[in-house]
Amino acid sequence: MTTSHVDPASGEALHEVTLTVNGMPHRLRVPARRLLSDALRHDLRLTGTHVGCEHGVCGACTVLLEGRPTRSCLMFAVSVDGASVTTTEGCLEPDGGLGHVQQAFQDCHALQCGFCTPGFITTITAYLEDNPDPTEDEAREAIGGNLCRCTGYQNIVAAVLRAADIRRERAAS
Amino acid sequence: MKPAPFAYHRPSTVDEAASMLAATEGKILAGGQSLIPIMSMRLAAPAALVDLNHVTGLADIDVSDTAVRIGALTRHGDLERNVAAYDANPLLRRAVQHVAHATIRNRGTTVGSLVHADPAAEMPAVLRLLGGSVEVVSTARGRRSIDAEAFFVGPLESALEPDEVAVSACFPHPPAGSGSAWLEIARRHGDYGLVGVGALVVLDSDSSGERGGVPDQRGGHPGARRRHRRLQRRGVRRGGLGGRQDARGRGHRPRG
Ligand SMILES: Cc1cc2nc3c(=O)[nH]c(=O)nc-3n(C[C@H](O)[C@H](O)[C@H](O)COP(=O)(O)OP(=O)(O)OC[C@H]3O[C@@H](n4cnc5c(N)ncnc54)[C@H](O)[C@@H]3O)c2cc1C
Ligand code: FES
Ligand code: FES
Repeated sequence: MTTSHVDPASGEALHEVTLTVNGMPHRLRVPARRLLSDALRHDLRLTGTHVGCEHGVCGACTVLLEGRPTRSCLMFAVSVDGASVTTTEGCLEPDGGLGHVQQAFQDCHALQCGFCTPGFITTITAYLEDNPDPTEDEAREAIGGNLCRCTGYQNIVAAVLRAADIRRERAAS
Repeated sequence: MKPAPFAYHRPSTVDEAASMLAATEGKILAGGQSLIPIMSMRLAAPAALVDLNHVTGLADIDVSDTAVRIGALTRHGDLERNVAAYDANPLLRRAVQHVAHATIRNRGTTVGSLVHADPAAEMPAVLRLLGGSVEVVSTARGRRSIDAEAFFVGPLESALEPDEVAVSACFPHPPAGSGSAWLEIARRHGDYGLVGVGALVVLDSDSSGERGGVPDQRGGHPGARRRHRRLQRRGVRRGGLGGRQDARGRGHRPRG
């Protein structure tokens, strides 16, 4: 982290930050107050991460920080300097095809407007790593921190269970 | 919904953090799960933040014969998943599971929640219930330990001085032959509780598990009062633990 730069427009100090996002190393120069969500969307142009409430309640901005779901609107980019971040764009199969959670969302019609979807994809991807075979109640609990205004959640719960099936099928083949 | 500009400082040791805090009159940034939303809503605009996240040696959980000690960078989720801490004192996991959602627990720190001293928060009530303490460091006065009783001063107000860094919290094990429970009513699991109760019941040595002899019951209520208090009951009379109860033992009585 260096602070040798100043934003000519605002006079704010800029910090150099290194992030590995979806396996790719990036260097960016940001003011300290840049939220990780904005660094991803505006500086790195990874607009898959959505911003809803910007105070930790809706879950749309959830990314994986070192593999664990965290709110990207509740972290400063400068504070996670050096970290590895996975966004919904990174929840793919190694060959670039839809990841098991993304595929399950399509299969189960688990999204309508799609605003909340990136936060669900990241959250569920990490959840299934620790809990590969959830019950329906566990699936419902797993998404308790994410809000969706469209679907009524039933199809999202179904998608968690379907994603667990796809994950197992793919591991077996 | 964006924080105001601030000067950013990144210490790598506790001493450095304390001297930066004293020099800048800024605030500590721990998990940021309370501070960042407050800054985004412009309810707070500290001139400087001292980021604790790159200080080494603050994330440890140490389970000794007498207590569970957690560092200032122990995330709620680390405490929740720690098996040794659960075996020594199940109340810690039972309560911390009610703190927000798993995603918030992955970043928010338990010590940060103590310092933040929200009357609706779980872990301040647990610290109070167990008679724990918080260890703090400043450049001017060195190290001191503050008992839970003195630590919670009022809503969102702890006894921490502006130049002090909280480095750890100590949750003493409940005595042998005791049991604990945590109950909470929230609109959704993970939301701040509307009201909660933590209970610790210590059996008399001669009643050895028999029903009836309950010389020491303690309760702590998040949400019900302006600051965290511990209710204590001694003697064989069995007071209950309800939403509100006075010192003479009125309130609901447990059945059976
Ligand atoms: C959606 C949502 C729901 C939540 N629900 C709950 C809930 O149900 N129950 C609950 O208890 N909490 C809840 N929280 C808050 C969460 O527990 C926070 O993690 C916690 O309150 C603060 O910890 P932090 O590490 O994030 O601290 P920060 O946000 O970094 O700091 C909070 C305050 O404490 C100070 N501080 C922090 N650490 C130190 C230190 N070591 N030394 C000196 N000062 C320090 C900071 O300067 C700041 O003033 C919720 C948060 C969100 C966003
Ligand atoms: S935008 Fe981060 S939780 Fe809503
Ligand atoms: S699909 Fe529209 S908010 Fe969830």
